[in-house]
This record gives sequence, structure tokens and C-alpha cells, in this order.
Amino acid sequence: MGGKQDSANATAKSESMATKANPDLLNSFSFKSLKLKTKQQELLIRVSILGLVYVLAFIARLFSVLRYESMIHEFDPYFNYRTTLFLTEKGFYEFWNWFDSESWYPLGRIIGGTLYPGLMVTAALIYWTLRFLRFFVHIREVCVLTAPFFASNTTLVAYFFGKEIWDTGAGLVAAALIAICPGYISRSVAGSYDNEAVAIFALLLTFYLFVKAVNTGSLAWALGSAFGYFYMVSAWGGYVFIINLIPLYVLVLLITGRYSMRLYIAYNCMYILGMLLAMQIRFVGFQHVQSGEHMGAMGVFLLMQVFYFLDWVKYQLNDTKLFQTFLKITVTSAVLVGSIALGVGTASGYISPWTGRFYSLLDPTYAKDHIPIIASVSEHQPTAWSSFMFDYHILLFLFPAGLYFCFKRLSDATIFIVMYGLTSLYFAGVMVRLILVATPAVCLISAIAVSATVKNLTSLLRTKQKVPLAGSTKGAGSSKASSKVSLDQSQPFQKNGAIALLLGVFYLLSRYAIHCTWVTSEAYSSPSIVLAARGAHGNRIIFDDYREAYYWLRQNTPTDAKIMSWWDYGYQITAMGNRTVIVDNNTWNNTHIATVGRAMSSYEDEAYDIMRSLDVNYVLVVFGGVTGYSSDDINKFLWMVRIGGGVFPVIKEPDYLVNGEFRVDKGASPKMLNCLMYKLCYYRFGELVTEYGKPSGYDRARGVEIGNKDIKLEHLEEAYTTSNWIVRIYRVKPPTNRL
Amino acid sequence: MMNLSRSVALISLFLLPLLSFSFSVDSPTDRRVLVLLDDLSLKSSHSIFFNTLKSRGFDLDFKLAEDSKLALQRYGQYLYDGLIIFAPSTERLGGSLDSKSIADFVDSGRDLILSADTSASDLIRGIATECGVDFDEDSSAMVIDHTSFSVSDVDGDHTLIAADDLVKSDVLLGKTKIEAPVLFKGVAHSLNPTNNLVLKVLSASPSAYSANPSSKLSNPPQLTGSAISLVSVMQARNNARVVISGSLQLFSDRLFRSGVQKAGSPNNYEKSGNEQFATELSKWVFHERGHLKAGSLVHHRVGETDEPAIYRIKDDLEFSVEIFEWSGKSWEPYVADDVQVQFYMMSPYVLKTLSTDKKGLFHTSFKVPDVYGVFQFKVEYEKLGYTTLSLSKQIPVRPYRHNEYERFIPTAYPYYGACFTTMAGFFVFSFVYLYHK
Repeated sequence: MGGKQDSANATAKSESMATKANPDLLNSFSFKSLKLKTKQQELLIRVSILGLVYVLAFIARLFSVLRYESMIHEFDPYFNYRTTLFLTEKGFYEFWNWFDSESWYPLGRIIGGTLYPGLMVTAALIYWTLRFLRFFVHIREVCVLTAPFFASNTTLVAYFFGKEIWDTGAGLVAAALIAICPGYISRSVAGSYDNEAVAIFALLLTFYLFVKAVNTGSLAWALGSAFGYFYMVSAWGGYVFIINLIPLYVLVLLITGRYSMRLYIAYNCMYILGMLLAMQIRFVGFQHVQSGEHMGAMGVFLLMQVFYFLDWVKYQLNDTKLFQTFLKITVTSAVLVGSIALGVGTASGYISPWTGRFYSLLDPTYAKDHIPIIASVSEHQPTAWSSFMFDYHILLFLFPAGLYFCFKRLSDATIFIVMYGLTSLYFAGVMVRLILVATPAVCLISAIAVSATVKNLTSLLRTKQKVPLAGSTKGAGSSKASSKVSLDQSQPFQKNGAIALLLGVFYLLSRYAIHCTWVTSEAYSSPSIVLAARGAHGNRIIFDDYREAYYWLRQNTPTDAKIMSWWDYGYQITAMGNRTVIVDNNTWNNTHIATVGRAMSSYEDEAYDIMRSLDVNYVLVVFGGVTGYSSDDINKFLWMVRIGGGVFPVIKEPDYLVNGEFRVDKGASPKMLNCLMYKLCYYRFGELVTEYGKPSGYDRARGVEIGNKDIKLEHLEEAYTTSNWIVRIYRVKPPTNRL
Repeated sequence: MMNLSRSVALISLFLLPLLSFSFSVDSPTDRRVLVLLDDLSLKSSHSIFFNTLKSRGFDLDFKLAEDSKLALQRYGQYLYDGLIIFAPSTERLGGSLDSKSIADFVDSGRDLILSADTSASDLIRGIATECGVDFDEDSSAMVIDHTSFSVSDVDGDHTLIAADDLVKSDVLLGKTKIEAPVLFKGVAHSLNPTNNLVLKVLSASPSAYSANPSSKLSNPPQLTGSAISLVSVMQARNNARVVISGSLQLFSDRLFRSGVQKAGSPNNYEKSGNEQFATELSKWVFHERGHLKAGSLVHHRVGETDEPAIYRIKDDLEFSVEIFEWSGKSWEPYVADDVQVQFYMMSPYVLKTLSTDKKGLFHTSFKVPDVYGVFQFKVEYEKLGYTTLSLSKQIPVRPYRHNEYERFIPTAYPYYGACFTTMAGFFVFSFVYLYHK
């Protein structure tokens, strides 16, 4: 279908060329030669646009490097960087079998078996390739630029995907839109070396190849899709979305009577090979046959076989009545057998139930009630409307329009993109971070809207031009164009209206480009490990306290020192400070995290026993009271209480609240004022005047004067406080000599 | 350059004998002891005790407690290895000394004998409190015992006590049993219940109580019975040793020489147990006895000699540690059957008693548990009287590598068979499908 539209478009274009060229006899020769090359010209334009988009996608993501420096951002990327470094230094087998004794002390972590190695292997391959080509770059530069590189590649996939669903125009628009869409940039700026950086590429590639396979019914494309899926599984846990969306799509096609041999081939090949390949990833292992989240795909696979069988029987029988009864019997027995198998599997524990994360996706309130550790992560919060607007801008309006166009021209491919768009948008509403997954779909559907609108409007303009010039073109043009022309002729001001609308579209698109650039430069390029603020005179102030603290740890503590901090900082401490941590961002052991949460929310002497039992040497807290940095440990404290209280009922949230209110000033609860976290954050803070005209001990992050200014530490002593007090490190004293 | 290094070597040669006098790990026995007295006459009235110390090679430095030139350290180096405070009534120490500097002296691993007496000053009480011992708050109170007093005190107020409730420990009080009761006249003290480093060496009998003997008892006494400690010892975590006595007279020549007969007991002893008790206790407190030293923890896989950086689960390993005991002159192999090693990760996964070859080497072998993580070899040896041995060594334990599992397992043979028959079947099928007809 897409191909047809394409060729029609091309003829219309050449036609207009011809009408323009004909009167000009003098230049007829040169135009003749041009006329022969129109297709090539179009190709040239297409390729150059794509090339520009490719470059644009890359350079738009370099703001962070220009503003700050070539560095790894945030939390998880530091782990990825550390593992990549290990991979390049020790080789793949060591990496695969890596048991890390520096994190989750004393439990340790089998890194090789608990990560998605796709990102690290990709970066290492790029690194080795570059070295092979005699480009001696540092692995950090490779890691920093992996995300922009893959974002560029994503634009290419988006182009081909758009072309597959709609036409080349839509593909180009999709590529351009996704290149600068803030929803995607937020996770793929230079330095944001996270799984999502390559996973979105892999996700879109898998979908594209699968749609291509469904459209063509070719085993080769299905195989390609299986490999795309393998790459996705190796890169990100979000592959669960693919393994559920594709079966759902197949199911919808089956129900709507769009079952075809093409679909059968595409799905069976993709599912079986994809599953076998995915099992090669240690972290995923046998989940495809054992976990509840993957059972849908298997069910659809079996259903597919039943369908095929029925088709065959129908072909053999030639008796509709007999077939109807047979159909009933087969379908009932198939469903029955399937549900019995599922029931037995679940009851016997062979099939694991759905995980908490999966539940919390389907039911947004689930995590809040049951799993505080999931709810505590800021990127797991439900999305606010403003962030939709911020991340999508005009795409938010174009999306429904694109849906309209998709429904107007329903095909296997458009059904897929509609389903992808709708499901992912729902998940984006449940969790902030999943805006990322929805972004490609939103861009594609919006691109369809833009492309279709612009095409309609320009064709409107063109036909208006043509009518007074020569009526003969009507006959030569395609039937579709002529019907449009005859329809349009009856409406007044359509040319002006079309021009106005076109201008409006271009205005909107230019606003989109401006918005995206602004968002990228202002909001999404911050490494969050180096903080920037505007000073009183408009100058930029850089707070580099995190790295200061981590380097202090690296230089001044014994190499086997154990650092206790809230889990957010675990990856950074191991990667930059090179010290053992108790918990880190891989939140695999809730009890261990709860123990740390309990220590932080207990009185000092109780906390001391916990810290002794974990062999803690240093405690690190993040404190924003001096700088007004609001995502510090005091603001995270209630989560520590909740997570700690979830495992150890001695910690009760109401003890830290006053009338349901969390406060740190004089009105705070006594337990709050004397718990370890409060003491460590506000130790010696009472002597400090932070703001002119305010009393000493004025907390700028919360805007209050603190309630306990005279803090004495018994079992800990201050070891280091960074220049802006953002990170404070305390040493745990050995037990007293004589007591 | 050559000259310089030669002169440095020469200087260090000269310094060597000086250095060896200071407290060292190689020879833990104290050498230089500062004796603080509140009256120099004590030097003669307690001469037997001091002379035994001198005869054992101690270098005693007698000073008045209020001497303004008193100093424990010079240029950050301690001048003494031990301290004897026989100055119960001193309110302020001379020089820069106060209770905190005494506590610091103990915290630096040095030893202390502190003796209080009736009307002990707040300073002495303060030092005792730092060491986990609380003297009776009533400054005029004494230990009174109407049943186990010394017969020589039969007409008096029963404050000269013949105590025989000694702690049963060869390390603390020597191998020869102290037969005669120990004469005690002084103030009672109790142990801080939260402090588990301090223990009673000489306790009062159940009938003892602490009160002012010259006034009538108006209130029930606060300290009674065997809760009263007469002499206590404390061994700090860094193995500094402290003896706290409630009676200065216990160490005096008079009580050393006097005979003793406990009231109601037919046994009459020529000589009290005081001398033996004080001498043996001073041997303990100055590390002439009961001092252990351990070498580093040695472990390796069975059949290897080098220590690995990491173990695998279910590895067989051998563990050994050398422990020696200080005999006062030299290091002798320590012999015991109760030294244990833990393989510890938050809780001990393996707990084994080490066997000894009687030459100081304790060893065992065991299998690493089927749990991965960061483990520790831990030897925590706390035995009454002995110095505490607390050794640990961290070692990670990893799971199997991908190629350490069994490659072919019998239960999977049906699957291997299925795999190959499918392949063969597919081949045959293709052949038939393509070429048959």
C-alpha cells in the first residue's frame, strides 16, 4: 500500500516538473536531463535530509559535553562505565563470570549474571574497533558518546519504520522529529551511558523488522527481527514490553480476521528464535518459559498453531456445519488445556508469578501500597501533565491527528503502530521514565499526521495552480488527484486557507525545534553529579561536591573500607571512590536496603550496633541545607523510614511525623530530631549562618531553622565535609577501649 | 651519601638498647613504672611489695602525686610502661596529669594499679569510674563483715576482713593456690553492669556490707554481700590491664607479714595471703603472664601453598594460625584445645575448633559453604585472664564459573537424544521432500 502511494506521489511530482519545463524551450535540454533524474534527485534530497538529521541527532546531544565536560552522568551510568572498563580490561569471560565483592557487602553481587550486557558489549566493540583502526581513544569517551551515536542510528530506523507504515515523507518527518524529541533526548545525551541509550534503538529496530516481516511474510525479516529482539533483551529489561506487545498485536490481528500466512511466519519465527536467543542472556535465562510475564507470548504462539490447524481442517472438510462444531470443540479444548497448564504451572511454582514491577505498571497504585522501594524511585512516579507537555510539545496535539490518519488507512502496519502508541502512552502515564518508550511511537504517529497534512495541503496548492494553466493535466493525473481537484474547486479561498495552514504547520514545527533545543540545553544536559546554579549576579556557580567527596574517599580511606550510604550513591562510590559499599542502585536485596534504612532512622547507639554488624567504616550522607539542593537525604528520609519499616516493624513512620507532616524545625518529632540521619546531616550546622538576615542553622533546602542545633556524636566522628556541605562523610569509631 | 647512611646506622645502633626498653610487642612485659604516692613514707611501709617488683626487674620511679614536675609523656612519647597510684587522698595530681591523661595512658595500651582507701578523693573515684568501677559514694564507708573478719579484729568494728573468695584463674593468680585468706581493710566498690571487661578478683562474702563503722546504721547499706568487690581487674580492648583495689593496706608490709585466722575457722595461718596475692596480681597486670600473640591467619586451598585472592564455593581449604604465650622471658608455644575459627559472613557459616601441634601452630581444614559472598576468617579468643585475640581476614567466595559446571549430566540424556534425532529427522525429511517423486 505504501509503495502504491509512493509511486503516485512520484508521478504527480514529475508531472508538475513537466508542466513547468514545457513552456521554457530554451532550457529544454538541461531540463530534459533533469527530468530523467527526478527520481535520483528525490533520492539525493532524501539522503541528504537523512544525513543532516543523523548529524543533528548527534550534535543536539553534545550540549552536556560543551557545558560541563566529557563525563558520565547520574547514577546507573557509573555502574555501566565501571563494568565496561572491566570488560575492556579483563576480557569477556572474566566479565561474564565477574563476582563483585565491592558492592552489597558482605553479600557481594554476581555482576555477570545480574546485568544486561548489551550496552557494555556494544561500547567495548566500538572501542575495540576504534583501536583496531588505530584511533586510540579512552574508553570513557566511547561510553560518553555511545548514547548520541545510537540516537542517530535510531533516526535511521525511524525513517525506515515510517516508510514501512506510511510513506517516505512520513519516514523523513519521523526521523526529524525523533532526532530532537526531548522525551528521547532526556535519556540519550552525551554521557548518559545507560541501557536505554541502546535499548530504544533495539526496540524500534525489532518493531520495524517485525512489521516488515508481517508485511512481506519473509523469513529473513522475521529472523532479523529475532536478532533485533536478542539485542534488545541483552540491553534492557524493557524487552518485556516487546514480548507482550507483539503477541497482543498478533492476537488483535487474529480477532479482527486479519490472520494470514505472513503473520504466521513472522510471529513463529520471531518468537521461537527470539526466545532461544534470549535464553543465552544469563540474567534472563529460562524466564521465557518460566515467568508469568512471558506466558502471554507462549499462549499466542500456541493459539497460532490452533488457528493454522483449523485453517487446514477447514480446507480439508468443505462442510461448514461440521467445521463449526469442530471449531467449537477445538477452541474450547485448546483454551481449557492452556488454562489448566497455566494453573498447574503456577500452583507448582514452575511458572513464577508476575513481579512487583510488572504489577505496578498495570496498576499504578500497586507499588505505593506494597513495594516502597519501587515507589521511592523518582523516575517511577506517575507522570505529571506538565512533563508530557515538556517532553512532547506539539507531538501531543499531532498524536491524535496521526491516529485519525492511521485509522483512515488501516493496514497491518498501522494497526501495529496504533497499538504501540496507545499501550506505551498508557505506560508513560504510569511511570515517568516510560515516556521514553512511548516517544518513538508518538513521533511516528505524529510524523504521519504532519506528513499527511502537508502532503494534502501542497497537493491542494499545486492543483489550484494547475487548473488555470492547463486543463489537460487533469486527465493525465491519477484518478485520486483529479477527484480531489474537482472536489476542491467547489470551495472558496482554499488556496489561501491551505497557505495559512501550511504556514501554521511550519510555525508549529519551528516552535517545536526551538523548544527542543531549549529543553536540551537547559534541562536535560545536566550530569547531575556536577550541579550548576545561577549566582546573585547571573553568573554560573558549579558545585562539584560529589566528585570531591568520592576522590577524598579514594585517596584517604583504607582500600578495604566499607562505606554506608543510601543506595542512590552506591554505584558512584564504587565507580569513583573505588570503595566497598553496603547497598547500591541495583536494588536486588530489599532486606539489605531496609537494614541501612533502619540504621539511618534509628538512634545513634542502635545504629552503631547495626553498622558494627555490617563492618561499616564510613557513613556518607548528602545534605543540601547549605546550598538549597533539594534532592538530598533529608528529603529522601521518609523513604528510608518506609523501606526500613517495611522489613523491621520497629521503625514506624508516624514516629517521624508531626500531625502527618514531615518537618525538621523545632516542631519536629523527637525521634526525628535525634535519629542518625538528622544528626549526620545537621552536625555542626547549628553554628553556620547560611543566609543573610536569617538565624544560624537556617536550612535553605527546606526554608526552616533546624530544631536541633546542639548535636553531639558519640560513636561517629566527622571525617570530611565537602566545600559546599553537599556530601558529608563520617568515620565510625571503634568500640571504646574500656567499656 | 655513604657516610650519612653509615652514621644513621651507627646512631640507630646506639639507640637500639634504648628502644628495646620501651614497651614492645616482642617483649610485652613492662619495664619502667611510675609510682605515685601521696606520702613518701609509703615507700617504706609498703617496701616488700615494691622490692618484689624491683627484684623482678622493674624500674620504679617514685614520685609524690602532687609533684609539679609530673609528666607521663615527653615529646608525645610515654616515659613509662606502667603506673601505680598509691595516693588515695590526693585531690589534684601535679604537673599536667588529670584523670583524662591517666585514661589516655591506659588507652595507649599501658597498665595501671590503682588503690583507693577510705576517704578516697574524687580524683581517684573518677579514674576508677573510667575503668568501670564505682566506689561507694559515702566517703567514710568501709567494708564491714561480721562473719568473715580476721580474728585479730575481734574486738574492733570488724573492718579488717579475711577474704578468701578469689577468682579461680591460674592466669590471674598463679598456679600455686593462695591458701591463706587475704586481709583487706578499705572501701567497697561495685562493677559497672554495662561494662563486661571488668571482673572481680577478690569479692566480699555474702554477709559483708558497706557502711561507716563509727556511726549507727540509719539506712540499709547500698552495697551488700557479694555484689561488693574488694579487688577488681579490667582488661581493656587493647589489652591494657588495670587493677583496682579498695584497700591500700592490702599491699602494706604490716598485712603482708601478719598472720591470719578467719573468724569461725579453725585454720590459723602464719602469714596472710596478701603477699602472694599482690605479687601474682602484679605479675598479671604487668604482662608477665597471660599474654598471647598470634601470627597472621594463613589459609590456602588443600594441596596448594599460596593464599588465593578468592575462593570458590565448595572449595576445600586449610587454615592455620600460630599462637604464642609470653612466659615473662620468652615466647612459648601456646597449648589449648579451645581455639576456634569462624568462617563468617554476618553470622558464622563454619565454626571449627582448631587442633594444635603443641608447637604453637593451630590448624584445621574445612569446605567452603555453598554460599557466595564476602567472608571473613575470624579468630575471637577471649579467655579469662589472657589477652584477647581478635583476628580477622577478609576473603571473597565466588560462585562457579560458567565452565565449572558439569558439561553432561545423565538426566539430560533424553534431551540430547531428542536434539540429535530431530536434526537427523529434519535432514531425512528434507531429502525425501526434495528428491522423492
